Parts: sequence; C-alpha cells; structure tokens
Amino acid sequence: MAAIDQAPAPPALRILRSTLWAGARLVSIALLLTAWELVARSGIVTPFQLPALSAVLERIWNDAASGDLAINTSVTLYRAMVGFFIAAVGGVVLGMAMSRSAAARWFFDPIISVGFPMPKIAFLPVVILWLGVFDISKITMIVFDAIFPVVAATVIAIQGVERELIWSARNMGAGQRELLWQIVLPAALPTIMTGLQVALPLSLIVAVVTEMLMGGYGLGGAMMTASRFANSTGVFAGIVEIAVVGYALVKAMALIRRRLLIWHQESQNFPSP
Amino acid sequence: MKQSLLRYLPLLLLAAIWELVARLELVSSTALPPLSDVIAAWIDMIKDGELTSNGASSLYRAGAGLALSVIVGTALGIGMAWWKPVNVLLAPMVEIFYPLPKSALIPVTVIWLGFGDGSKILLIFLGCMLPVTVGAFNGARSSEQVLVWSARSMGANRLRMLWDVVLPSAMPELLNGIRTALALSFILLVSSELIVAQKGFGYLIGFLGANGTYDAMYAVVFTVAFLGFAADRVYQMFVQRMLLWRQ
Repeated sequence: MAAIDQAPAPPALRILRSTLWAGARLVSIALLLTAWELVARSGIVTPFQLPALSAVLERIWNDAASGDLAINTSVTLYRAMVGFFIAAVGGVVLGMAMSRSAAARWFFDPIISVGFPMPKIAFLPVVILWLGVFDISKITMIVFDAIFPVVAATVIAIQGVERELIWSARNMGAGQRELLWQIVLPAALPTIMTGLQVALPLSLIVAVVTEMLMGGYGLGGAMMTASRFANSTGVFAGIVEIAVVGYALVKAMALIRRRLLIWHQESQNFPSP
Repeated sequence: MKQSLLRYLPLLLLAAIWELVARLELVSSTALPPLSDVIAAWIDMIKDGELTSNGASSLYRAGAGLALSVIVGTALGIGMAWWKPVNVLLAPMVEIFYPLPKSALIPVTVIWLGFGDGSKILLIFLGCMLPVTVGAFNGARSSEQVLVWSARSMGANRLRMLWDVVLPSAMPELLNGIRTALALSFILLVSSELIVAQKGFGYLIGFLGANGTYDAMYAVVFTVAFLGFAADRVYQMFVQRMLLWRQ
C-alpha cells in the first residue's frame, strides 16, 4: 500500500532504503528477544511461567553439549522426513492414477474429499492400538496426515495442464512415457510443489504430537518429559528447538521450489519478496 | 440423490468390508470391533449424554479460539498490508512463528493456563491466528491499485477505503486462510485434549482407549472426524455465498 505514495527512486537510494527496512526487521526480532528477557527478569511473571531467555539458551547449550539435542532432533527429523517422503511419492502416484484411470478416480475421490478435512489426529489411538507406540505408528500417522494435500494438489495440477501442450507433444510423436515425464509432470510441478509445501509442516506437526503422546526420544517427547517434571525451562527450550527446525525445513522447501521452478514464470516475475 | 449415492458408494463399500472382516474375525475384535457394535456404542453414548456433554465443551473451546484468531488475525494482516511500520514490526515475527509446528505450544499453554478450557482456547487462538494473518495480508496487499486510486480520487478517506475497498478485495484469500485455520483448530483441539484434559472429545477417546472399550472409542473417533469434515463443508457453502458478488 505504502508503495503508491512513493515516487520511483533512483537505484542507489532504493538499495539504501531496502537495506534500512531490512535492518528494521532485525531490530524487531531483537526487540522481541529483549522483551522476553526483560519481562522474565522483572518479576512480573514467575520463572515457571516464563523462564529467562538466557536460562533457556543455557539449557539448549547443555542439551547440545550432552548430545541429547542431536539425538532428539535427528529422531524427530527422521520420522517427519520418512513420513513426508512416503506421503509425497505415494500422493503424487495416487494423484496421477486418479487423473488417468476412471476406476481409481471413482474409488478414491470420495475417500480423499471426505478424508482431507477430517482431523486425522483423532485416529491416533486406533493406530497405536494396531501398530504399537514405536516409529512405525508415528510414521504411519504422518503419512496418513500428509498424503491428502499432496493427492489433492496433484489431481488439480494435472487437470490444469494445458490441453494444447499435450496435443502438440502428441502431434510431434511423443509416447505415453515421454508425455508423462516431459510434459505433464513439469507442467503440473508448481501446483504439486504447493501441495508438498502444505504437507511438510504438517508432517512436523504430527511428528511432534505423536512424540508428545507416546513419549520416548524426539523433540516432542523431550518437551513432554520436561513438562511432566514441571521443568518449564526445558519446555521453552523445546519450543525454540522445534521452531528452528520448522523454520529451516520451510526455508529449505522454498529454496528447492525456486531451484526446481527456475524455468517457470513465477521465478522470473517475482525476483524475491 | 442417486448420483450422490453412486459417488459415495466406495465409502459404503469400505464400511461393508469393515463389518465383514470384523464379523468373520479375520482380525481380532479388540483391534477392530464390528461397525454395528460401534454404531450401537455411539447411540448409547448419545443417550446417556456422555458424547454430547464432552462434545459441547470441545466445540466451545474450538469455537472460542477460532473466533479470537479470526478477529485478531484479520486485524493484524490488514494492518501489516496497510501501514508499513506495522509491517516492519510484525512481518519478521510472523515469518519466524508461521513455520513453528503449532503442537509444540501445547505444554506452554498448559504452563500458563493450566489443564482447563483456558489453555485449549489460547492454544487454538495462537495456532490458528497466523494462517488468518497471512491470508488477510496477502489479500489486502494484492487489492487492485486502480480501485484504490479511484476510491481516493472520489474522496474516500483512509478508513473508508479500508472498509470499502481493501477488506472486500482481501476477502477471497482471507476466507481461504480461515479455512486452513478451521482445519488446524480441530487438529489442535484433539491433540491437546488427548495429551491433557479432564473433558472433551480427545479426553473421551483417551479414556475409553485406556479402559479397553474400543467400540465406544471408535465411535468418538469417527464422530470427531465427521464433525471436522462437516465443519469444512458448511464453511465452504458459507464462503460461496460470501463471494457471490465476484461471480
């Protein structure tokens, strides 16, 4: 909105201005962290309600030094990523099957459209009942949650591929396999990526919840243990650790998207937000 | 009617297979009680009020949290699109907290507000606010410059413009963000109630599971799943009516 008030500025001035705004953004984060430390030390809240940032950082440092942090992070990441990859591959395959075969569409379409908006997490006790409390049930739960956005996005993406592209490729003698790999999948990729970008944070959410409920190793399990012992520094350390992991995953996914879609209009029209 | 029956035939098929597999004892009946037993358990729980009283407290939590998140989230998102200083202050925080797996907040809200309604409402509010904020921000930011200019040239002041031009053009993306928030609110509700609660759907599921009354547990699980699905469908109908003016 504010952009319309500004006359177009010369390049040097524009760079200066954007650096200033970027600096202001860092200040905002610094303000948040300082406010945390100050409020925690001021005595308005008890250390149980809000441990000081410095105490939380110290705790994270200790976790890192003892190796717990590395174990918990890798266990959580392992579960989330395995679940995510199974959901990604399975979702794309299922989505493609649904757009190619009428029988597959007839069978799966109502299941997807009913299952997508359901809170799948409610099925967790059922999955525990069937598969126990170990990795397999956690990963199953992640796949179960993350696959729906991928399937839905793939179906929409393939429907949206321009007919002309397919016709002309066929006209030039492309076989079914070439058509799929060289025309349909690349053209559908942006929308499929959007589905994957929904599925990835979902995988992490479900990984953390299942760990909280079943205990054991993992960032969510560690947080729950800290919470049981009323160790609020541990709980807040867990939040910071999980936030960092989530941020890194989402950023990495955005980077992969930009890399994969470098040929696509979206990368050319919007250099960077 | 006949068409929708044909459309949802696969679901009926699955239900029939479930009943058959359970009745023939192909899997142990504790792991998968027959569908008819589950339905009977559901009717019993409706009759003695167990399901309705727990459901009412769950829906109250989800509704209150979601309503708060929609109000605050919309205000923040439009503020961020409309005033640069607000944007500079809030955008980095949104960027940091948006990818945070919201379930990580469950123990923190318990530390702050205890085991009752308050902690669940706070959790749902915090968890659902950011999708709404981002939706409102993207929508308001992309409102057409031509509309803004013409409104201004016709002498609309800033507040008037916010209400008459920016908010309506932000509507589609805002409503989409709220849909994400709606789905998220059910996830957060059930997971927080499964972990710590004294009433509610999640509590009931955990309690029945621990007791080994699996047919009743299945009944509650499917009730929650159905409510989530129904809420989404009703919301979509509402959105269609809201956006009628856009053709």
